[in-house]
Amino acid sequence: MKAQKPIIEFIELNKWYGEFHALKNINLSVETGEIVVVCGPSGSGKSTLIRCINNLEKFRHGSLTVFEHPVGSKKILAGKVGMVFQHFHLFPHLTVLENLTLAPIKTLKLSKAQANERAFKYLERVNIAEQANKYPIQLSGGQQQRVAIARSLCMEPDILLFDEPTSALDPEMINEVLDVMVELAESGMTMVCVTHEMGFAKKVANRVVFMDEGEIVEIGTPTALFESPKHKRTQTFLNQILSY
Amino acid sequence: MIYQIAKPVFQAILQIILMIVAIVWVLDSGAKAMDYQWQWHRIPDYILFYEDGEWWPAELLEGLLVTIKISALSLVFTLILGLTTALLKMSHSRVGRFLATSYVEIIRNTPLLVQIYLLYFVFGPVIGLDRFSTAVLALALFQGAYTAEILRGGLQSIPVGQFEAARTLGLSPWHSYKDVILPQVVQRTIPPLTNEVVSLIKNSSIVSVMAIFDLTTEARNIVSETAMPFEVWFSVAAIYLVLTLSLSGLSAWLEHKLGASWRKL
Repeated sequence: MKAQKPIIEFIELNKWYGEFHALKNINLSVETGEIVVVCGPSGSGKSTLIRCINNLEKFRHGSLTVFEHPVGSKKILAGKVGMVFQHFHLFPHLTVLENLTLAPIKTLKLSKAQANERAFKYLERVNIAEQANKYPIQLSGGQQQRVAIARSLCMEPDILLFDEPTSALDPEMINEVLDVMVELAESGMTMVCVTHEMGFAKKVANRVVFMDEGEIVEIGTPTALFESPKHKRTQTFLNQILSY
Repeated sequence: MIYQIAKPVFQAILQIILMIVAIVWVLDSGAKAMDYQWQWHRIPDYILFYEDGEWWPAELLEGLLVTIKISALSLVFTLILGLTTALLKMSHSRVGRFLATSYVEIIRNTPLLVQIYLLYFVFGPVIGLDRFSTAVLALALFQGAYTAEILRGGLQSIPVGQFEAARTLGLSPWHSYKDVILPQVVQRTIPPLTNEVVSLIKNSSIVSVMAIFDLTTEARNIVSETAMPFEVWFSVAAIYLVLTLSLSGLSAWLEHKLGASWRKL
């Protein structure tokens, strides 16, 4: 069997913000269909790491390839690396349906009817089709985040990045978003998720990456990393978030 | 919705009427003391006249049309210039930022009248512009500098996440601005942009110094022919007022229409 090339590959990647060394010697490969959860204390570089994958951050040294092309290359098609943000970033002046159809119409040149059809397919998948004609401000946080996921799906991405998708949500809304993410994970989507939802990680992640101070400290299966962490820093972090 | 438009306009009209009553009383007693002869009945002839079975616009109405034409054209260029300057000021290009900043600072810190004289007597003849184009250029250059700062403020108030979301979805910079960013900027900046349009119309009266037959020039000519400055200047002020007040009404309506559905619930 021919070994498949990783869909995302970081090699010796370094990034500075001025004097601050934000990412240090990052080496990480993600295979097609893999679910990787990235966790770590605040300021450890985990958001910066995944923002590099869809070219929202520039880096100075090392290489990062997506679909075997360097990040930023024109060969990486528009919308193929989707991203779900902590604060949703829905377009407030457009209805839910218009939020979903904007990019497919303008970038993929779909007709309005095709784009609507596609939008309803994904709105149904995140169980929110009945809200299609509302404006984002009229929805709850959990609903907004599900719309944001559907909006990414409308570009039919091969990779979905999640940047703390549940951190801005009220506790009772976290599960409705996690349910959608689990369903996506089980459908074979390649996902890189920055999240502290350990339950989600245990349920679907193939690997968990623990980062601290810009470095990858430890990578392992959820069971290995959560139950028998090898590094002191991982233990300290897990104790901090699990102590209550 | 009618209420939304009508309320600010009516409030303004009421305040203006009260003030006018007071001013009329003061003026009338003053005019009597200096034996001024009121000739209000002659004013309508300078707005419209009837000849050969048809109504024709007279001097004041023709002047108003010129004022509207100059203002409308200048407004188009003001917006283009303002947006370009705002984008340049926020760009990564050092040259672009330098050009934009110099333009805004030079225009904001010199008097409009001096700019008009410079364009009319120096630059206009040198680059071969006619009077009308020079007037439009002068007004657009002047108002564009202020509009640029308003639009820059509006652009900077849009969360960076909106740009990132648009980019991640694969929208081109053109579509990101046209479909995502600018509609939000316009909604947020309608009140100060209305101010700019109103001052543009008022500033257009200054182009009368370059012999353009706008409302103010026509009025001055009538005054020198008829020696009834009180009536003519009051009428002209009233015409400007009607023009700018209807704009304020329009802007209140636009703000309501653009904002009601997604900003204020």
